[in-house]
Amino acid sequence: MGITKRDFLKIAGVSAIGAGAVPASKAIAGFKDQVGPNKEALTGERWAMVVDVRKCPEGCDDCAKACHFTHNVPEFTYNKRHEIKWIWHEKYVNAFAVPENEGEYVDKATASRPFLVLCNHCDNPPCVRVCPTQATFKRKDGVVMMDYHRCIGCRFCMAACPYGSRSFNLKDPRLGLDHTHYNKDFPTRMKGVVEKCNFCAERLAVGKIPVCVEACKHGALAFGDLADENSQVSKLLRENYTVKRKPELGTLPMVYYIVR
Amino acid sequence: MYDLGKVAVGLAVFVLLFTSPLWYNVATGGKVTPPDLKSAKAKQDHCIEDTEYMKSNHMDLLNSWRDSVVREGNRVYTSRLDGKRYNMSLSNTCLDCHGGKTGDGYVKFCRHCHNYNDVDPFCWDCHLNFEEL
Repeated sequence: MGITKRDFLKIAGVSAIGAGAVPASKAIAGFKDQVGPNKEALTGERWAMVVDVRKCPEGCDDCAKACHFTHNVPEFTYNKRHEIKWIWHEKYVNAFAVPENEGEYVDKATASRPFLVLCNHCDNPPCVRVCPTQATFKRKDGVVMMDYHRCIGCRFCMAACPYGSRSFNLKDPRLGLDHTHYNKDFPTRMKGVVEKCNFCAERLAVGKIPVCVEACKHGALAFGDLADENSQVSKLLRENYTVKRKPELGTLPMVYYIVR
Repeated sequence: MYDLGKVAVGLAVFVLLFTSPLWYNVATGGKVTPPDLKSAKAKQDHCIEDTEYMKSNHMDLLNSWRDSVVREGNRVYTSRLDGKRYNMSLSNTCLDCHGGKTGDGYVKFCRHCHNYNDVDPFCWDCHLNFEEL
């Protein structure tokens, strides 16, 4: 008897690990050396947006129209629960007021006008913390991204987001698109995933600024890198008094508002 | 042995039913033709890697593209064939070459082969195949 049962099992075990390790290491190595970023991509350390409410006229919807067309955001207007929104106008009480002060004594002009709202791309995003699959994550440049491939539709992120920036696809979103007029360069989503503004990550990657900023002909929106003190947003923050939505919650929003 | 006759008849019926798909094919002369991809014209005369590699590994390549683009922001792929650089996009690069943005490439190329192999990838739940929305 040259080999005991114990020795045989040891050898078999080690061989099995070895046989599994080869394809595993291949998969890990993958295509890393063959991929890289686009050379024209806009790069930044901390992307942010400034909304100049003074220049944002009531009734204008150009930014939202441009965004929702570019990203194939469906339109389900007949039922609030089915609504999908990336950028939209919100009443003062919903956008800024806190429960203790519901804007009772705010001047009428401010309290009655709509405010443009979108995902705040928080520096301390609660949605990222609660996501069980890391489908939503924060990039190094500050963009809070969704990986729709990983989203399981649990909606924890929607409960965690204090700004209501996230929408859930209760219906197949393709049913809410105009089949003759949609963007053929951008995917849709599927039923059962959460979606939100991506700060135009797909446009930053090819050297373009977000489409809402580009579409605004009143100059009310500015986008740039807060880490760069010469950027337009840094200048605007230096020269103006700005507010953020619900700063007391500690999410550190990166969308600033110039109110007056 | 009790009820041998009944058991034998039952077994025979079971075997016949179980193998019925085979008999059905024999009876109707269902001939299986392997997918013919000749009608699926691509704009470029070669793919981003050699054909054999793409045939067997395109799904792994696309999975790694997905993670690279979405999670790392690396969107440019350099071919091992000739060093050419490609935008890593299923609809805008792959399908744009395989039939253009008309649905032609999807029907004659992707779906044709996937149907034959009875695979149903969920890429098209979100990514546009230009055939229908």
